[in-house]
Amino acid sequence: MSEQKIVDYEFKPGFKGMAKDTGSDQTMFKGVHWGKAMMWIFLLSDTFVFSCFLISYMKGRASTPVEWPNPSEVFALDAFGVPVPLLLIAIMTFVLITSSGTMALAVKYGYERNRKMCGWLVLATAIGGLTFVGMQAFEWSKLIHEGVRPWENPFGAPQFGSFFFMITGFHGTHVSIGVIFLFIYAYKVFAGHYDEQKRGWFTTMKGDYVEIEILGLYWHFVDLVWVFIFAFFYLW
Amino acid sequence: MSEDFNNNKTIQAQSSETISGGGAGVTPDMDYVRPAEIPDQDLYHGHSFITKWVFCQDAKVIGVQYFLTAVFTGIIGLILSWLMRLQLGFPGLAGFMTAEHYYQFVTMHGMIMVVYFLTALFLGGFGNYLIPLMVGARDMVFPYVNMVSYWMFFVAVGVLMASFFVPGGPTGSGWTLYPPQAILEGTPGSGMGILLMLISLSLFVIGFTMGGLNYLITVLQARTRGMTLMRMPLTVWGIFTATVLAMLAFPALLVSSIMMTLDKVLGTSFFMPTILKAGEVLEYGGGSPILFQHLFWFFGHPEVYIVALPAFGIVSDLISVHSRKNIFGYRMMVWAIVGIGALSFFVWAHHMYVSGMNPWFGFFFATTTLIIAVPTAMKVYNWILTLWRGNIRLNTVMLWCLGFIVTFVNGGITGIFLGNVTVDVPLSDTYFVIAHFHMVMGIAPLMVIMGAVYHWFPLVAGRMLDEGLGKWHFWLTFLGAYSIYFPMHYLGFIGVPRRYFEMYDSPYMTSAVGMNEFISLAAFIVGAAQFILIYNIIKSLKEGERAGKNPWKANSLEWFTSTVPPEHGNFGDRLPVVHRWPYDYSVPGSKEDFMPQTTPPSAVVDTEVEKT
Repeated sequence: MSEQKIVDYEFKPGFKGMAKDTGSDQTMFKGVHWGKAMMWIFLLSDTFVFSCFLISYMKGRASTPVEWPNPSEVFALDAFGVPVPLLLIAIMTFVLITSSGTMALAVKYGYERNRKMCGWLVLATAIGGLTFVGMQAFEWSKLIHEGVRPWENPFGAPQFGSFFFMITGFHGTHVSIGVIFLFIYAYKVFAGHYDEQKRGWFTTMKGDYVEIEILGLYWHFVDLVWVFIFAFFYLW
Repeated sequence: MSEDFNNNKTIQAQSSETISGGGAGVTPDMDYVRPAEIPDQDLYHGHSFITKWVFCQDAKVIGVQYFLTAVFTGIIGLILSWLMRLQLGFPGLAGFMTAEHYYQFVTMHGMIMVVYFLTALFLGGFGNYLIPLMVGARDMVFPYVNMVSYWMFFVAVGVLMASFFVPGGPTGSGWTLYPPQAILEGTPGSGMGILLMLISLSLFVIGFTMGGLNYLITVLQARTRGMTLMRMPLTVWGIFTATVLAMLAFPALLVSSIMMTLDKVLGTSFFMPTILKAGEVLEYGGGSPILFQHLFWFFGHPEVYIVALPAFGIVSDLISVHSRKNIFGYRMMVWAIVGIGALSFFVWAHHMYVSGMNPWFGFFFATTTLIIAVPTAMKVYNWILTLWRGNIRLNTVMLWCLGFIVTFVNGGITGIFLGNVTVDVPLSDTYFVIAHFHMVMGIAPLMVIMGAVYHWFPLVAGRMLDEGLGKWHFWLTFLGAYSIYFPMHYLGFIGVPRRYFEMYDSPYMTSAVGMNEFISLAAFIVGAAQFILIYNIIKSLKEGERAGKNPWKANSLEWFTSTVPPEHGNFGDRLPVVHRWPYDYSVPGSKEDFMPQTTPPSAVVDTEVEKT
């Protein structure tokens, strides 16, 4: 798929080019791999899922009759005896954003057919994601230890715990699924499946480094969603 | 698995230059179509019964699987509606029928018909079967994901049906599942019933997303040579746009299902306000039931168009084929479908006029709702104008199409009543609403489904359905459906409320009693008439007339497969090359009254047109 050549088609820049591509036959997004187009549309749908969650959260927080807990106190972490607000979250965010960087590099090395670098970078991304999930588990257990439950908490409105566990849990599930796939893909890269165009289990698709980019799209999306969750839960 | 793929076979779609007829006016590059961008798709061919018919990756088999599963749930929904009508027409006749049972039947009937029957049938059934054939692809782009999509749907149906057998039975909260009552004790099925419903819906959404991605990418990225978006049959446009709506609307259903599941299982209060029950304050508090309504209807209104848009598309094609005329205003039809799809995301709160919203809010949603009438009316005019001076073949398919136009206009006009806040408030929650939405999104799409079945059955099975039985089926359904829903408008005007188990000694009983009996009798007959189709199908499979290729003399690609019924891979060695839109019927001067999409310009360049 990736080596597809587009014969006898004149690309035009800007809006005119977009209109021309839309009006042409066969494909609308010229030269775009099926899987990549699918991932973009899936992410659009997933954006709506997270938007519904976050809008519900805003509505819940705006209309609760009990006061909302103060995030800088609830999420503070004691460092050397001093409570530092948002310390853990800052580290978590840093780790996740860094893993986006390694992912982007993995895509670059994949297209350069540098099997080893690509594999190590995918593995590094997986470990970054795993670290993030681990720190999230630590944060959850700390809050649960302090008495925060989905149905109640000692700091204020019970919806605080409900929305927090539900939305970070849903995001954490996305990260965990990504981590599983990153490990599988790291194996596939090291085993050379993309170099020899090996077919996946039961699928008709030949292996190609574009798959790293497709997984990368998912991974960057999960990071982007985290930025919004971070802003809405910890900074609001 | 690699031995399953024939790597040596290099199939290339070839241009039709060799076909060109020659003669005066033929230039060498007249039939030129750009070469293929996409290498031909490798297909996983099943070998055993299991991989060929059960866990099959062929979109056509998956389409039939979706179709049969949806029809199975639809028959359950039909039986539930019979039980409801039995109670409404003849209260107390069925001894087992309690109020709880009645509410459970109402709920399950609604949910089954809207989601598990109509949505699955149009998108899963017709979408899977027709999209690859009509755009000239060998299969969906991700056949494996497509297969998983069907089996997710199958599990979702299983979970839904399981709720009939759990303690407390299925949920009885109405198909809208409004909290807080849906999950509180006192509502039938508030235990396992509602939980299974929410799980089933979530599975449906996940399964549908897999299928929907397939439909969208197949349309966008896997069309054959020469097939531009504006040369696609309107069926594909309708299913495509409906899938876009589904991809953006189902997230709201998924989120509301997850949140209500947590309210039920973990005792969170997303949707649950402070509640007093028998003088005691429940554990819940601080949540917003209105939030659920917004989420639900942000899904629920586009859902109406997820059902309606494929019906619009299919009926356009059927009318065009069977009146031997090009569809009137093709581009207008496409933009109307897209416009209706876009507008459908801005009208959801018209389902919530009585929820106590700000009047300005209602005013906004009434305005957007009425704006939708503009593209919808355009489509109706275009159908009529397609028929106008057409060479109409008044066969069963055409009868269903005409039935669709009549019922759809009827239901659409009552929609204008209900879209206005001031008219809606007194009519809200009466039988007028029942009449409206059954007419517009129950009967009208059903007419299209039936028309489509009579139209495409010869392709799927290779045999024709019996016309005589088909006409009996149509007239019983059409007249019967009118007998059911037309009197309901009147019941609504005199104020008979919906979702009431029994009217008891209400003042409007005198005129409502006889009418309810009449409606119930009509409902029994219409329901039974549907089994004519099943008999017709069985009879046709056994002894039906062989259809041969292209029995309707249609233009679109699904009739030009290598075999009838089409095999896996659809088009044999060569993919078709498209030179024109699929609506060239009765072109003046041409030898036949149809011109398949694969007809190159050189083949028709010599035709002489009589001056008129």
